[in-house]
Amino acid sequence: MSTPVDHPSAALDWDASAGPDPVIQPRPGIKLGRRSFLKACLSAGGGLMLSVWLPGSVLASGAAQSEQGGAELGLFVRIEPDGRVVIGARSPEIGQGVKTSLPMLIAEEFDADWDKVEVEQLPLGLVFTDKEPGVAWKYGPQGAGGSTNIPDSWSDLRQAGARVRVMLLEAAAKQWDLPVSSLRTDNGRVLGPGGKSIGYGDLAAIAATLSVPDTDVPLKKPEEFRIIGTPRRVVDAESIVTGQARYGIDVHAEGALTAVVARCPHFEGGVKSFDAKDALKIPGVRQVLLLPGPKGSEPITQNLVAGVAVLADDTWSAMKGRKALKIEWTPGDFSDESNASLFAQCDRLLKGKGQVVREDGDVAAAAKSAAHRVEATYRVPYVAHAPLEPPGAYVELGQDSARVIASMQIPSGASRMVNAITGIDRRNIEVIMTRVGGGFGRRLSSDFIAEATLLAKASGKPVKLIWTREDDLAHDFFRPFGQHQLIATLDDKGMPTSWTQKLASASKYHRRPDVEADKMWEAELYTDDFPANIVPNLKVEWFAVKSGMTRGSWRAPAHTVNAFVVESFIDEIALKGGQDPLALRLRLYDHETLDYANHGGPKFSPRRLHEVTRIAGEKIGWGRKLPAGHGLGIAAHFTFGGYTAHAMEVSVDAQGNFIIHRCVCAVDVGQPVNPLGIEAQMMGGTIDGLSTALNLEIGIEKGQVTTRNFPDYPLLQSAKAPDVEVHIVPSRESPCGAGEMGIPTAAPALTNAIFAACGVRIRDLPLRNQLADAMRAKTAAKA
Amino acid sequence: MAIEFTVNGKTVTFSGDPEMPLLWYLRDHARTTGVKYGCGVGACGACTVHLDGSAVRSCSIPVSSAAGHAITTIEGLADGGSLHTLQKAWIEADVPQCGYCQAGQIMAAADLLARNPEPSDSEIAALTNLCRCGTYPRIRKAIRLAVSMNQTAKVTS
Repeated sequence: MSTPVDHPSAALDWDASAGPDPVIQPRPGIKLGRRSFLKACLSAGGGLMLSVWLPGSVLASGAAQSEQGGAELGLFVRIEPDGRVVIGARSPEIGQGVKTSLPMLIAEEFDADWDKVEVEQLPLGLVFTDKEPGVAWKYGPQGAGGSTNIPDSWSDLRQAGARVRVMLLEAAAKQWDLPVSSLRTDNGRVLGPGGKSIGYGDLAAIAATLSVPDTDVPLKKPEEFRIIGTPRRVVDAESIVTGQARYGIDVHAEGALTAVVARCPHFEGGVKSFDAKDALKIPGVRQVLLLPGPKGSEPITQNLVAGVAVLADDTWSAMKGRKALKIEWTPGDFSDESNASLFAQCDRLLKGKGQVVREDGDVAAAAKSAAHRVEATYRVPYVAHAPLEPPGAYVELGQDSARVIASMQIPSGASRMVNAITGIDRRNIEVIMTRVGGGFGRRLSSDFIAEATLLAKASGKPVKLIWTREDDLAHDFFRPFGQHQLIATLDDKGMPTSWTQKLASASKYHRRPDVEADKMWEAELYTDDFPANIVPNLKVEWFAVKSGMTRGSWRAPAHTVNAFVVESFIDEIALKGGQDPLALRLRLYDHETLDYANHGGPKFSPRRLHEVTRIAGEKIGWGRKLPAGHGLGIAAHFTFGGYTAHAMEVSVDAQGNFIIHRCVCAVDVGQPVNPLGIEAQMMGGTIDGLSTALNLEIGIEKGQVTTRNFPDYPLLQSAKAPDVEVHIVPSRESPCGAGEMGIPTAAPALTNAIFAACGVRIRDLPLRNQLADAMRAKTAAKA
Repeated sequence: MAIEFTVNGKTVTFSGDPEMPLLWYLRDHARTTGVKYGCGVGACGACTVHLDGSAVRSCSIPVSSAAGHAITTIEGLADGGSLHTLQKAWIEADVPQCGYCQAGQIMAAADLLARNPEPSDSEIAALTNLCRCGTYPRIRKAIRLAVSMNQTAKVTS
């Protein structure tokens, strides 16, 4: 099987110089053996290994009596005598809805009464064995990245639920002395002949004496689903709206110190010296510690950068202490770096020769016989994740034990990190997940866990680390910036005959310990993306930009950039070739299924893309007569197994003010699990895409980030955020996630609509004042 | 000198740094951690609480300015066992994603409805609290829903 190199579950795993990873679930399309699960797992070096892992631990641990007299049926389900059903949620809830949707998969298969279901967050569960790599998942994969939770759980969590159903049927069979075959389950009850009926709560005691089936049992047919595919609200909604839900930042522990860190602002710089005298005079400040960091351009395996930490009794004292520090920094090698210098570097690079990463057919020959040629250059900036809850962690170290409580996307990374720093056996490292105040890829990394661990170790105290917003915007694994140059040739009917894409970018694999220089492009260009295999002559070339910015995975990583570029350029091709942008897309997508070696592979169905595009076009009323100054735009993309199209209606006035009148999003994520959650992800993804495209860019001057706080990094506010009409394609295809599909096409649908409305083509993001400037220039040219 | 005020109806005293932002008093000392930190500069609204019934961004006022006043946080918004209409509407409209900003959103919306029980769509959309997950369409829907729930309650009472 082919595993994407930058599979986001792996994205954190590069910091796994700390040790081998728990096995991760096979990708969809990989058949599971009946008695054993063939597991794909990532070695410490990030390479792919296969190991056979018996499912005993995850699905068939023995049933047991719970403390309250209920029954624990396997690892995920507890039935209380009063009929309440408690289901364990294994993955971090970062807002993508898995604390609701994963338990739905389990509940479905044993016909739980969803109204009586309570959900509990499970801690990180690892099982240690003598076999390589020595560690396996107890509960199955526990992470949030790459929209993998739903596809990874589709088989095993339903199987866990189905085995509970078997146990409940057996328990009822015992109770009534009837054959199991005469019984069935329905909405929290077992039903038998002659109107017999018993609630699960009344079966708990008997079920607790049974053993969990150790082989697969039959799953429901899709037509039997009564929870999957139905809208279910966020299980934590009441605790959230009453302020009771706990996030990493809410940890409070007696005796713990609160830490804030002054980090070196210079790219690849360090701490030359510091004076803590004044800081230590601040009431409440207990310790000031040097926080060592990587030297120069060393791989980042723990924290991002060196700094000086202030540990205090509370947050405010720590902040005041930090303000009172006197620190002399060592600048790094990037003191000339700025936004302008980076794009100038791209201009220079793109004139030369890059690394050819895909070449199909003969682009030069196709160009010779072409009727038209189109060329355009697009620029996208560095952006930050900026989760509303900034990074932070609580770490408590004992003699031979540790406890981590934090908002994380990859809790196994926390376990590895604490082990790497302290040497404490991973068996004795407890990792507890809270709700997470946003992920967006920021918490795939465990650098903040490393900081808290280093400080707990150095101070001898439990440490609650807090990052301020300024810390977060200055020190991130930023989404790479880049400059794309595209050239297409068209035949006399306007169809593309060749496609050349050159990208100069700063790879997100920068400073990972396990990526060779000639593989750095793999995080930047997904060479099976549309229009590969559809346009016969195709050449893709990558140019490595030197930049001191630390970078990493950002929600729907390079898709956010590449879909903007490709979908804008398709519109430019349509214009040049005299075709309607929707019609051209539908023609190009009328193609049989293709191999796809990246996110959401191994197959890509252009016809499913065709369908969402058709739906989006139909819903927006493509082709209808529009009021003056209005335009329609469309864009479509395949991401992480999902197919999304956006269509927007926009008007632009003479001053360059624009209004999004309608925003339609059609999505095919296979079998929908929770339509209410999918709709939320599409709305949120759309708004994230628009917010980023409109206003967001990290400022860089003299090798430092100049963006300070939200006033310089203006996330979209409600007034500018459109309503989003979401259309979910009914499907019985194996499901994918929904967390990332909503973003990539939002920006190009907007800029294509802007072009249709006023004739101004936006090729550089963010949009900011470009439209006003262009309209002013237009007016001036007319006058 | 100790500062005295109320948090969710309970009298509290604080003799620490009077310049401490109210936010950090509420989170670290009163432990009403439903009040969230997001930016510390009054830009995001995650820390919104009510001071004598009006919304304030608690990161941007010192704890001393609460002296003699009544502070209400999200934990104190519900009337005893009964959720505030907005809290009910928020659940009904399935607003939260990560949920981190939602307490601030609800406190800002509660202030809006207290001043203006029947706000227009554009008045609802003028709330400036940030949501990084992009729940704005459902926030607006929930506020409209709360308005209609309040109207229904008025007619039936």
